[in-house]
Amino acid sequence: MADDHAGRNLPPLSLHIPEPRFRPGDTVDFGHFEIPAADASSRPPIDAAAEAMRGHSYGLVRVLDEDDRAVGAWDPKLSPERLLRMLRHMALTRAFDERMYRAQRQGKTSFYMKCTGEEATCIPATHALDRGDMVFPSYRQQGVLIARDWSLVDMICQIYSNSGDRLKGRQMPIMYSAKEANFFSISGNLATQYPQAVGWAMASAAKGDTRIATAWCGEGSTAEGDFHSALTFASVYRAPVVLNVVNNQWAISSFSGFAGAEATTFAARAVGYGIAGLRVDGNDALAVYAATEWAAERARGNHGPTLIEHFTYRSEGHSTSDDPTKYRSADERTAWPLGDPIARLKAHVIAIGAWDEERHAAMDRELAEQVRAAGKQAEALGVLGDGMHQPFSTMFEDVFEEMPWHLREQSAQMHAERAVSGITAGGEK
Amino acid sequence: MNMIQAINSAIDVCMGRDPDIIVTGEDVGYFGGVFKATEGLQRKYGKTRVFDTPITECGIIGVAVGMAAYGLRPVPEIQFADYIYPALDQIVSEAARLRYRSAGEFTAPITVRSPFGGGIFGGQTHSQSPEGIFTHVAGLKTVIPSTPYDAKGLLISAIEDNDPVIFFEPKRIYNGPFDGHYDRPVTPWAKHPASAVPEGHYRIPLGKASVVRAGEAVTILAYGTMVHVAAGVIADTGVDAELIDLRTLVPLDIETIVASVEKTGRCIVVHEATKTSGFGAELSALVQEHCFHSLEAPVQRVTGWDTPYPHSLEWAYFPGPVRLGEAIKRVMEE
Repeated sequence: MADDHAGRNLPPLSLHIPEPRFRPGDTVDFGHFEIPAADASSRPPIDAAAEAMRGHSYGLVRVLDEDDRAVGAWDPKLSPERLLRMLRHMALTRAFDERMYRAQRQGKTSFYMKCTGEEATCIPATHALDRGDMVFPSYRQQGVLIARDWSLVDMICQIYSNSGDRLKGRQMPIMYSAKEANFFSISGNLATQYPQAVGWAMASAAKGDTRIATAWCGEGSTAEGDFHSALTFASVYRAPVVLNVVNNQWAISSFSGFAGAEATTFAARAVGYGIAGLRVDGNDALAVYAATEWAAERARGNHGPTLIEHFTYRSEGHSTSDDPTKYRSADERTAWPLGDPIARLKAHVIAIGAWDEERHAAMDRELAEQVRAAGKQAEALGVLGDGMHQPFSTMFEDVFEEMPWHLREQSAQMHAERAVSGITAGGEK
Repeated sequence: MNMIQAINSAIDVCMGRDPDIIVTGEDVGYFGGVFKATEGLQRKYGKTRVFDTPITECGIIGVAVGMAAYGLRPVPEIQFADYIYPALDQIVSEAARLRYRSAGEFTAPITVRSPFGGGIFGGQTHSQSPEGIFTHVAGLKTVIPSTPYDAKGLLISAIEDNDPVIFFEPKRIYNGPFDGHYDRPVTPWAKHPASAVPEGHYRIPLGKASVVRAGEAVTILAYGTMVHVAAGVIADTGVDAELIDLRTLVPLDIETIVASVEKTGRCIVVHEATKTSGFGAELSALVQEHCFHSLEAPVQRVTGWDTPYPHSLEWAYFPGPVRLGEAIKRVMEE
């Protein structure tokens, strides 16, 4: 084969491998971040053309300013009561995470995942939705259940796989399912919930319903093919759906550059699909509320879907199985320029005279006690650390609506084998 | 009716009875499907119930799971079974496990229709028989009809079933039964008794096999196109074989199989799919487990070779009458 390029003295190609700015031991400086002023972003009409939202896909919707005041076009002008309920739900979620993390370390369960630092990416959003709106969460939106005042005991029973676990010990901890709260069954397979949310929204539209769907995924999961198919379907059928991307900078040990963050924003993915895109300060509860309210109204008005990127930081390890000191600087968390979502909302309600340090401290004590009491109540029904709490035969149920012969046969075989080894059937430990 | 008309009729009947049934897929709407299986349905039921989708199989099934979670009963089509793989994650990880993982809170009553099988010079990506991939997945039912009458009755049962069903349609026999004699003219369904299909609603239960021909010498287990290949071989050779059309692979009609093999003492498993880890291996193992003391010969498997499906070499690949005839001789000589 002739070499057409002979003699052209081309430079060798090089392959770009993204690298995060800071690794363990590095001094962190987020000075390169350009944080727009809180009142810098305009609030377009809810029926704005997707292409008119281009700037919002690259900007950052913010409401809380440096003096903890709500400013600008996106100020949702919430009542103090609403603000305090949101603050309470966020603080409760953090208290819940703290206790469940310790419970895992104490051997009461096998696994846990915190959402510390990301409480504002779903709790204010849930406040902006109707309870009838269907939520398709990933594993880091426990705040949705808490914002819908779901039973903590029920959640802990699932985490402990105990006799009160409605999911009968089948699912790993935190893979909740709560149909009554319109909270879809969580799957371990990333991004699968994205096209499902779009399908739910399409069904609602096809039936002339008024309910909308929402989904969350992390920025790492946006690389999955399901993210693409979901956005394509959402765009094609103008599905009444709000698609949230929680950009917490890290997908386990991989920084957001491996999902494409060096080249663009995640909200800007919307531009190419013809979907409205909003990039939001994910640690600003009022900005998240306002963006969700805007997107929900847009969806309800048959103006189509919205993709919201919540720009935030995963303060803790990925899970109880992860040690983030092995891949990132421990200083990142404290140096994060958008601060802590609870601290910022707390400062705001204090600034408007609706709250004070004493009441906040009292609330924290009360919430810790609430979680502790729920934990005790759940523990009375068993913890994973002391064995199985569901009758063995339930393992074979719900594979199908009716148990076919081969599962009945296998169930009988299991019981026979266990009986031979001296283990009786039933709800044994 | 031919098999396409029977399938069309099944969907039509179901849609007329249940406003929550929704048909989606590539080219299924205005155009009526590349095999015409959904022809006329959009005109009759409207665009919000029968519509075209983007070319994304994971999206088609993922969206169907979401529609099912809402309360609809989706009947998505995957244009060829060869193209179902992008949707595997949604089928295996989501649809199949939704009832189990949510302890019944959410279910996925979805029927995934997809033309499958070879014998049409479809080459590598229009001929595959991937049923073994789905029979291996807990939570899925897998159904394969072999006649227009069965296709309609089974599809109605599948659509009305509250579990996810993979419904593979042998496209080689859409227009007429095919006995593997590719050098003879194709007979249309009109000359076959199973083309008499009622216009209205009827069901054939899932999980029930059909004894196509009673016999005493050997049991032949088949499904799809291979039912007709086996019937042709039985007619040509005159061997007194009992031919069982499984119709549903999961859940399997083990009773009919065991009763037959205990009677005949011999068993041949036939499928177009590749041999290793194919559904025939499961059938062979089950017959061995349940009928060991009745067996007078090793269970034979007549299957596609363990190669990708070739184009020009189709009739060397396809498990046709010669190969099945040889297997019958082998099993009878033991």
